[in-house]
Amino acid sequence: MAEIAADKFIDISSEVCPMSFVLTKLALDELEDGQVLELVCQAGDPVRNISIQLKDEGQMIISVKKETDGNFRLKIRKNG
Amino acid sequence: MDTKKKKLKISVDHNLEERTIKRIEVNAEVSGKKPVGKINFAELRAGGFIKQRQKDKFTVRLKCPGGNMTLDRLKTIVAATEKFGSGQLHLSTRQSMEILHVDYHNFGPLVDLLKEAGQDVASCGPRVRVPNACGGCEYNPNGITDTQKMANVVNEKFFGMRTNHKFKMSFSGCPHDCIHAASADLGLIGTVWPVWEEASCTGCTICASACTEGAIESHPETGKPIFDAEKCLYCDDCVRACPTSSWTAGKTGHSLRVGGHHGRHPVNSTIAARFLTDEEAEAAIGASIAWYQKAGEGKGRIRLGNLLMQEGQMESYMAALADAIGPEKLEENIEAPQKITIRR
Ligand code: SF4
Ligand code: SF4
Ligand code: SF4
Repeated sequence: MAEIAADKFIDISSEVCPMSFVLTKLALDELEDGQVLELVCQAGDPVRNISIQLKDEGQMIISVKKETDGNFRLKIRKNG
Repeated sequence: MDTKKKKLKISVDHNLEERTIKRIEVNAEVSGKKPVGKINFAELRAGGFIKQRQKDKFTVRLKCPGGNMTLDRLKTIVAATEKFGSGQLHLSTRQSMEILHVDYHNFGPLVDLLKEAGQDVASCGPRVRVPNACGGCEYNPNGITDTQKMANVVNEKFFGMRTNHKFKMSFSGCPHDCIHAASADLGLIGTVWPVWEEASCTGCTICASACTEGAIESHPETGKPIFDAEKCLYCDDCVRACPTSSWTAGKTGHSLRVGGHHGRHPVNSTIAARFLTDEEAEAAIGASIAWYQKAGEGKGRIRLGNLLMQEGQMESYMAALADAIGPEKLEENIEAPQKITIRR
């Protein structure tokens, strides 16, 4: 599967809720519908909360990768 | 002194049996003070008027099922508190708003004023109390069940029914149990049975991160979930977190917990049934109250949990529950509620 290019990247691996969510939303605000945000966040609560919150809001998580350092790299297609 | 003496009969029902109340009717000598309007004694008997330390003063507990309040009712409560209270309100431990320092002569007009906005007085004493509920699925992101709807159902159908002792019901929208349903006489908690579909799973391991119970481990090579049903407490987090919706809700409904209470001798409730629909939950509540009333006959002031701890009572209760909702959803390994040991 070809890698989907990201339109914006943020590293929130030092953040926890609610900042992780706010920074992700602010980054999404800068994108148009259909564009892709790539982010890196910590395992555990951060990836758990971000996944749940984004799904609740109807955003699409289109790829998830576990990094060698244990962090998660998510790609999100903006949907509203 | 032109003291006008008037005899006023008033009975205060606070944790007392109906018979006892009759005997302690107070002949209040009211000097210079007439009761304003009529006092409806039937209303008083339903409780919700709690004697304060201060002479003639009562706390009037208002009914707020599920902690819900509308602006219309609130405005009327404010007006009533200005007129008949001391300007002070208190939020009770069970989500009721209470008007403090109300002189009992004013019960009549106070109740009338509140009624105009549809605000009823709550209850106290040995009866079904106002149900508690968290926000549930209405706006809380974790909410699985419609706790607010259930609180209204209980309020309409079961509120005020006479029982041996106080009878408290609480609804939590998910296993976080913010409303402490586990320590209510009847506690209903929203739950989901998660079901996994392999075909759509990408092995991303998010569900293993989402599950804080250790019920999901990731396969070391594929990343796909290995599910340990024993550890699952049906919280829905895996379902909500999975990006591909490979986890879905197989069953959704209320866990029914019975026999809990706090107080001097707290008791932890026990699980009697799982994944009840709203209708089944309502039937189970009705059956539980009916069983409590019957099994408690002649036993005086005893909480449901303490009754269930007596020999053979748990089995009798489960049989009544099976009659009401069928045996399928009943918990198999039944334990009685358990005392929580607290050192004082
Ligand atoms: S019990 Fe669950 S749904 Fe209710 S307030 Fe707590 S987290 Fe939210
Ligand atoms: S429902 Fe909750 S406890 Fe059960 S596996 Fe999913 S996340 Fe874990
Ligand atoms: S979150 Fe969903 S896609 Fe990812 S491993 Fe779990 S079941 Fe598979």
